Amino acid sequence: MDNRKFDFVIEPHQKLSKSFSEIWNYRELFTVLALRDFKVRYKQTAIGASWALIRPLLTTIVFTVIFSKVAGLPSQGEIPYALTVYVAMMPWFFFSSSFQDGSNSLVANANMVSKVYFPRIIVPISSLFVNFIDFCIAALILVALMLYFQTPLSYNFIFLPIFILLAIAITIATTLWMSALNVQYRDVRFVVPFIVQFGLYVSPVGFASETISNDWRLLYSLNPLVGVIDGFRWCILGQDIIFYWPGMALSVFITLGLLISGYSFFSKTERKFADVI
Amino acid sequence: MTIVIQAESLGKRYTLRHENSARYDTLSEKLANIGATLRNKKHQRKSSEEFWAIKDANFSVQQGDRVGIIGKNGAGKSTILKLLSRITEPTTGKIGIKGRIASLLEVGTGFHPELTGRENIYLNGAILGMSRRDIQHKFNEIVSFSEVDRFLDTPVKRYSSGMYVRLAFAIAAHLEPEILIVDEVLAVGDSQFQKKCLAKMKSVGDEGRTVLFVSHNQSAISSLCTSALLLDQGSIAFSGTVNEAIENYNRLSRENAGSYEAKSTNDLSKRRIQSIRQRDEKSAIALFDDLVFHLQLTDGGSYKGCRVGLIIKNRLDEWMFSTATQMVGLELATLDPAASEIQITIPQVNLMPDEYTVDVSLIGEDNNRLEYLENALSFTVLNRDIWNSGFLITPHFGKVVVDAKWEFVKNA
Repeated sequence: MDNRKFDFVIEPHQKLSKSFSEIWNYRELFTVLALRDFKVRYKQTAIGASWALIRPLLTTIVFTVIFSKVAGLPSQGEIPYALTVYVAMMPWFFFSSSFQDGSNSLVANANMVSKVYFPRIIVPISSLFVNFIDFCIAALILVALMLYFQTPLSYNFIFLPIFILLAIAITIATTLWMSALNVQYRDVRFVVPFIVQFGLYVSPVGFASETISNDWRLLYSLNPLVGVIDGFRWCILGQDIIFYWPGMALSVFITLGLLISGYSFFSKTERKFADVI
Repeated sequence: MTIVIQAESLGKRYTLRHENSARYDTLSEKLANIGATLRNKKHQRKSSEEFWAIKDANFSVQQGDRVGIIGKNGAGKSTILKLLSRITEPTTGKIGIKGRIASLLEVGTGFHPELTGRENIYLNGAILGMSRRDIQHKFNEIVSFSEVDRFLDTPVKRYSSGMYVRLAFAIAAHLEPEILIVDEVLAVGDSQFQKKCLAKMKSVGDEGRTVLFVSHNQSAISSLCTSALLLDQGSIAFSGTVNEAIENYNRLSRENAGSYEAKSTNDLSKRRIQSIRQRDEKSAIALFDDLVFHLQLTDGGSYKGCRVGLIIKNRLDEWMFSTATQMVGLELATLDPAASEIQITIPQVNLMPDEYTVDVSLIGEDNNRLEYLENALSFTVLNRDIWNSGFLITPHFGKVVVDAKWEFVKNA
């Protein structure tokens, strides 16, 4: 067969070199799927998008009471404890919700995966969008809270996009791993809620990372979310917070590692998705 | 003529795991396996076997052809379509494709029940590879073709199944790909709409585009297609004109033995009818004997509200009679998983001695056709001298045999 006569040739174990341009060709599907998730998310709920506010706010109140009042952990300088918690709550909720939705996304869209061709990576990644909208809503509340507490915004603020990107990278990396594993091993369904529950306590959401003694801090930063949360606090609440460079570098390094391995694992297994899902 | 699809020694292998093993791999199973393998090198995975859904298939399709793909259940029709539309990867061989492919393997793929008809047109169009501009451009045509104008802003979960199919097909029909692949999706929908769809697909072909069409409906195939592929057990048994393919297919069907056993295919999990066979594996009965079938449903599923029917057809595919659970008032919901075998007795069969085939149909609670086994098995009614008169009846005398009594009566 003369391959040049055809637009493309389907072969076993196809090289995925073209995949980035192919994903780009399907960019409209990203938007459409994201839009679908957005439209459906608060259908048949009584209070609709208010859930995007209520969940982080209530958790912040509970955490503030428990960690500050009951456990008596110190706050960072002059910053009200509730703000310290809320600023961490934003990336945490973005991560945990996207991670949960994304890990389940391929299985939830099994009929599409087994009946239509498109780059599979679109499914888990598009599930991030809707949670990013929730993240933006949560950011509006942050503005209101800062006005209420009369906390000045730090100039470090201009670096915030970097940490938002880092948060997105971690989310994509973990989602790629878990969604691909979920296609074959439905154990993931039980593992993911566990990771999320556990992660809330091992990440510095309810307390400042400074609470961890210096001997353990680098080890603690093995959790890449530590870097994100520290970064968010440094950018928004600024002044008194000392940037912990080694930890940040470790977080970024681990995120990149997870992202690259996640992507290659995903593209290696995606060929078999339709057969095993 | 240009060749738009060419397949060379195409093969697709599935690994099957048998009933007793878990449906999904679990990590612990995998870990246990690793442990066992370390201890005992000879350890084998749970009983599994290889199965070639498609083996060494070679064919080519020319631009503007409308190709019908026919074959029995499990012959590999859907697998071929899945390979062509790149959903699954071939194990061997290769396929060259020229032009954009759109495939409609299932109606309404990705339809979201909560979204309105309008929103779903955009969603489904995008999933099938249409750009937003294309959809906007075609929007009115799609709506008028589907005849759902009044319900455009109603969530599709409130649609009837007919409306659902119409809308879904309308979107796919307006895709304008160079190659359109359609799996048996027209089984639902009323006959008027089916005609409309066939006409639409015909016009797609007339515009110089290529259509691949899988169907069990032989008249649809012969009216739509210009050529046909006949698949049998994963290989191409015949390729050529539609009429010859259908003849070959009918001959293959009649070669069936007196039993049907769900073939190991990729979607074994979807099979609900495990097996149907005649008692004692016979394939022939004598005239006026009882015809007894044993039907085995796969256990594990719920059969609440389901109905099973048998259709007995003659050589000309005419229905001789049918019998079904709802006729006799048998509830499948009460099916005991341990005894999921149903015995169907048709007493004193009076069909004209000849060959007959049996279709088995399983209808779900919501009137969906869950499974339809065409020509699942065949049987022969053997002639015998029932009147002890030495006369052997032949099809020349009718379609059924009645044990009529002729007697002289005294004038009153």
